[in-house]
Amino acid sequence: MAEAPKIPDEAETRARWGAFAWNDENQKKANEILGRYPKGREQSASIPFLDLAQRQVGAETQTQGWLPVPVIEFVARQIGVPYMRVYEVATFYTMFNMAPVGRYHVQVCGTTPCLLGGSDDVLAACKNKGLIKGRTTPDGLFTLTEVECLGACANAPMVQINDDNFEDLDYDKTSALLEALANGTPVTPGSQTGRRDSCAAGGPTNLVAMVDENHDYRGEWA
Amino acid sequence: MLADKDRIFTNVYGFQPWNLEAAIKRGDWDDTKGLMARGQDALIDAVKASGLRGRGGAGFPTGTKWSFMPKEPKPDRPNFLVINADESEPGSCKDREIIRHDPHKLIEGALIAGYAMRARAAYIYIRGEYIREAEVLFAAVAEAYDKGLIGKNASGSGYDFDVFVHRGAGAYICGEETAMLESLEGKKGQPRLKPPFPAGAGLYGCPTTVNNVESIAVVPTILRRSPEWFASFGAEGNRGTKLFQISGHVNKPCVVEEAMSITFRELIETHCGGIRGGWDNLLAVIPGGSSVPLVPAAEIMDCPMDFDGLKKVGSGLGTAAIIVMDKSTDIVRAISRLSYFYKHESCGQCTPCREGTGWMWRVMERMRTGDADISEIDTLYQVTKQVEGHTICALGDAAAWPIQGLIKHFRPEMERRITEKRGGGLSPMMEAAE
Repeated sequence: MAEAPKIPDEAETRARWGAFAWNDENQKKANEILGRYPKGREQSASIPFLDLAQRQVGAETQTQGWLPVPVIEFVARQIGVPYMRVYEVATFYTMFNMAPVGRYHVQVCGTTPCLLGGSDDVLAACKNKGLIKGRTTPDGLFTLTEVECLGACANAPMVQINDDNFEDLDYDKTSALLEALANGTPVTPGSQTGRRDSCAAGGPTNLVAMVDENHDYRGEWA
Repeated sequence: MLADKDRIFTNVYGFQPWNLEAAIKRGDWDDTKGLMARGQDALIDAVKASGLRGRGGAGFPTGTKWSFMPKEPKPDRPNFLVINADESEPGSCKDREIIRHDPHKLIEGALIAGYAMRARAAYIYIRGEYIREAEVLFAAVAEAYDKGLIGKNASGSGYDFDVFVHRGAGAYICGEETAMLESLEGKKGQPRLKPPFPAGAGLYGCPTTVNNVESIAVVPTILRRSPEWFASFGAEGNRGTKLFQISGHVNKPCVVEEAMSITFRELIETHCGGIRGGWDNLLAVIPGGSSVPLVPAAEIMDCPMDFDGLKKVGSGLGTAAIIVMDKSTDIVRAISRLSYFYKHESCGQCTPCREGTGWMWRVMERMRTGDADISEIDTLYQVTKQVEGHTICALGDAAAWPIQGLIKHFRPEMERRITEKRGGGLSPMMEAAE
């Protein structure tokens, strides 16, 4: 299990996170989430609650957050299910971090469509900036993970950093992106070649009328 | 080429805003009440008549699926519609475009489909990694509630219908319908044994239909323009228009809506600027997302892109996620990487898949480097046959098929690597045991 994260010492995390509770803003969000599911089906909120908790941990630690054991226990109490039911969810889904990550969680897609598009170059650029797969850089800035298909295949290769996608990358663009993040200069999510989302490079082959106006095609329906 | 006026997703590239005001100008939410007034059975019949087959991969007729739902749900066991937006199939990126650029088509479709199948509410399960897309969807649902389009007396129809968005957290397997229901109930996404099928006992034990985003989002336009219009595209049994997603070695990868049964050559020439390096440089194509076997260049070039046409060349349409590979591709590595994907995504429930995906990946890696023995190609093939069909869900099959396709079409390449690694035709030097 080389990929398994090294879960931090429990006594230490308990001292730090034992008193975890929603902050005011997240308490509101938590109530809203519970409202989506029928009465008696609070367990449905396990994934949204773990996500919310991880984000709160992230905000408190200036990172992308993770799930210490006491935080998972807190979520289990909130939805009234045994600890293990929530722990097994936390470990099943890849977006939950079982160990601390850095300020920027660099998730490089390495599945075949991105592989064909050149994800090797993206990973090489990360490596040359000192990022090592599965580890956080010593300055706590970057954590590198190779992830499976993130669903932006027409814009391969791509990387998801925190909540944003950066698409149509190559070696130089990846290096520049990581440099900009390290220096705190603003970056633009989306395609890095300036193309419009999943539209063919060089302009659309269809629906040209939509480019300049919100065209209503109903008048042309026969 | 499909005329622009016949495209359903007119804002697929997001040149215009996604919001309600802009969506209404494009024709969404136009007399939804009137569409619903046609009656529940008439709506199901119209969808049946349009020939729409599920867009999530399996291609099951959508109208028929809806008709399995109980006609008179009991108050304590309401019907549910679950919309599958857990788009994780390598190569697929169409639901993302619908959700971030045309979310109101999906929400209106949810209302109409939900009404037709007498559902109390729809849950849209969106994959966790679509963070910005989920933000758009949450906002679009809120807009629709604000204007009374959904909720109590939805669109003034007298029917109460809720739409909820549920975010996943990164698990390919949750795209399998019963795993999705488990995940919605807050558990690990491990598929359920069928029967009972979801239409009998699904979400929270209630009758449930799970439909793909695209299947639901096309429904309002089909009803507005008539089933006959939709059925005028594509070959018999493969009707309609479809979002194709082309990635890999084409000059201009893109997502595009086209008529079903368009030939591969026309699709690539019209929208993708041709194959990188010309048609002679094409090696193979995976035509329907990672789960379907690859098709070599000669067979795919003039093949119609639809369910039946691709079945004839030993593959499938899947989600119409077309992964193009030119002759520079290390084909064994490309398939081996897919094997790694399935190893990573196996939920661990059934032994043949849990153990088999890891085993297949390890052997594929040895095939890639040429460190295997030629006889192991047959062993590998046999193991894929032992995984296929022996698991609760289709992930085992999906892991087996790409390897079977590789062995079927590229066995000489696999043998060449092994022979070359050994320095020609010499048999390997034995190692002394002591």
